[in-house]
Amino acid sequence: MLKVRNLHARVAGREILRGIDLSMNRGEVHAIMGPNGSGKSTLARVLSGHPEYEVTDGEILFEGENLLEMEPEERARAGVFMAFQYPVEIPGVNNAYFLKAALNTMRRHRGEEELDAMEFMTLVRDRMKQLDVDETLLSRPVNEGFSGGEKKRNEIFQMAVLEPKLGVLDETDSGLDIDALKVVAHGVNAMRSADRSFLVVTHYQRLLNYIVPDFVHVLTDGRIVRSGSKELALELEEKGYGWLEEPVGSSKV
Amino acid sequence: MAHSLEQYKQAFTNARRPPGESSDLAQTREAALNRFLTLGFPTTRDEEWRFTSVAPIAERAFALPQTSPAARHRDIAPLRSADVFGAELVFVDGRLAPALSTADALPRGVRVGSLGDFTAGHADGIASHLARVAQFDRRPFVAFNTAFFADGAYIHVPAHTIVEKPIHVVFVSTGETNGRPAMSHPRVLAVLGDDSQAAVVESYAGPDGAEYFTNVVTEIVLGQNAVLDHYKLQHESAQAYHVGTIVLETGRSASCTSHSISLGGALVRNDVIAILAGEGGECTLNGLYLADGQRLIDNHTTIDHAMPHCGSREIYKGILADRARGVFNGKIIVRPDAQKTDAKQTNRALLLSEDAQVNSKPELEIFANDVKCTHGAAVGQLDQDAVFYLRSRGLDLAEARHLLIHAFAGDVLNRMPLVPVRNGVEEVLQRQLAHALAAAA
Repeated sequence: MLKVRNLHARVAGREILRGIDLSMNRGEVHAIMGPNGSGKSTLARVLSGHPEYEVTDGEILFEGENLLEMEPEERARAGVFMAFQYPVEIPGVNNAYFLKAALNTMRRHRGEEELDAMEFMTLVRDRMKQLDVDETLLSRPVNEGFSGGEKKRNEIFQMAVLEPKLGVLDETDSGLDIDALKVVAHGVNAMRSADRSFLVVTHYQRLLNYIVPDFVHVLTDGRIVRSGSKELALELEEKGYGWLEEPVGSSKV
Repeated sequence: MAHSLEQYKQAFTNARRPPGESSDLAQTREAALNRFLTLGFPTTRDEEWRFTSVAPIAERAFALPQTSPAARHRDIAPLRSADVFGAELVFVDGRLAPALSTADALPRGVRVGSLGDFTAGHADGIASHLARVAQFDRRPFVAFNTAFFADGAYIHVPAHTIVEKPIHVVFVSTGETNGRPAMSHPRVLAVLGDDSQAAVVESYAGPDGAEYFTNVVTEIVLGQNAVLDHYKLQHESAQAYHVGTIVLETGRSASCTSHSISLGGALVRNDVIAILAGEGGECTLNGLYLADGQRLIDNHTTIDHAMPHCGSREIYKGILADRARGVFNGKIIVRPDAQKTDAKQTNRALLLSEDAQVNSKPELEIFANDVKCTHGAAVGQLDQDAVFYLRSRGLDLAEARHLLIHAFAGDVLNRMPLVPVRNGVEEVLQRQLAHALAAAA
């Protein structure tokens, strides 16, 4: 599903990613862990096509297509969803209106019929219940005045409505209390399927108790220095990132 | 005297006036003409006109249409919606077109009609308010209008009367007269008695591509506890010149909201002067403007707190594309007597291109000591993070920009209580926006 080869990227002239290799199959959940400044979030943003991040070398194939040649909206339509670490507030844009526009754009792209207002509300109510999202959130402007937890939940809620092939979760757990974390994890787990993959970027092992990954990769200084099973996360929790300071070269799964 | 002024002196002599006009009004017109000839067209040396050169207006030889060609129904139809309005008056080149107008669904005692007809009949309110509310001594365009207005709308709501359905006055220009660009000087006088309530919508339009000049003066007087919801929808052709002055005066505990929407015109100047002349009065001024190409839209507002315990709210927003320019000047005066004034002004502009610009200036003149006055101004571009966020959800760049600009404008539009009017404005805005964005792409 996703193949990242020798990915180099920089932001504001500073090189952050220095040769990432990563391969994900359908249905897999991969966790990216690493200390602050290691490049975890940069990797997520490069995947989503953020204009401030410049790819200087390497390639990303998504379902065989060159992701780097696609505009952000083309990536979204192809099935890549980014749950942002800091979702932006958009005053004046109604959440329901926005989400319906986004969903119908995706559906058009997939050759499916657009949903009318009734069908949309039925779908949305179901997903809201699943994620314990308050219905008043729909009539509010996108993320405006939302608490940190509400913003994160709203991201996962959007993902549940848009049903991507690949969900990229950028530190979705940061700033969440344990109850909110469980709700978010439950939402992600409910979406897990043989066709859908997740890339979970996190600083803490805690989230991975609830979203259990198939593989864990450790990113340090712009490179993947360790890859392993979910036990690797526990090891990191115990020992910290210090013992990984010397990169041992990239490893593939 | 400049050549252009000389020609208007000639035109004044030949101008056709409503029959039976009083000698008082004839004298006022004479005085206004003389004042206009003395003041001349303003220049950018005049502080009030620093950022707006009216040279294109001063240099053209506009002609007064002597007989108005009948405007075609289909040109006016999009502006009208008979089921929404209790009365609709259509003026073509400043003169009432009775065949296109209706005024059936009004409560007893409410008068809506041609100012010309009423001046001849000496209706109450006209003699005491016309040319008094809007003084022409220091305002050349008001003087110009006062000398030349051929007709206009007179709206009188008696005390204790609620007009449920809004009143619509439509001013349509036909564009040209005898091969010269036409000018018209529409006039509106709205007088609301004590404890009355009404909504009044003014619309301005002309044929696409036509060059003409509209110079309107609106005078509004609100009695005690009167409530008015007022709209000015300026949808002139993109080649038209539009200068408009609204002066409104509120009585004790009266409340007036005036929405000014400027989506058309090549060179536009709107002046709104609100005088809170009675204790406890309230006024709200909302404005939205959009310009692209090389168009210029200038909004000058003055809120004059003359009495205590009055409140004012003001929000103006502008969208500027290409090489368009916007000017906003918001003056708030708090007179020595106006203790407990509560005034708030916000003004924002969205620049869609690097060449677009806005000159924005708040002016607070406060002479009382127990008052609350705030103002805020911001000029910016579209939030790139928001654009990216929307794109990351599948909307393309154009859709994302459109949605964000619409949200920016929605902040003003959503404050318009008349839903059909708001929807109509949204429609025009969408069209203009699509045009502005297509040109920018």
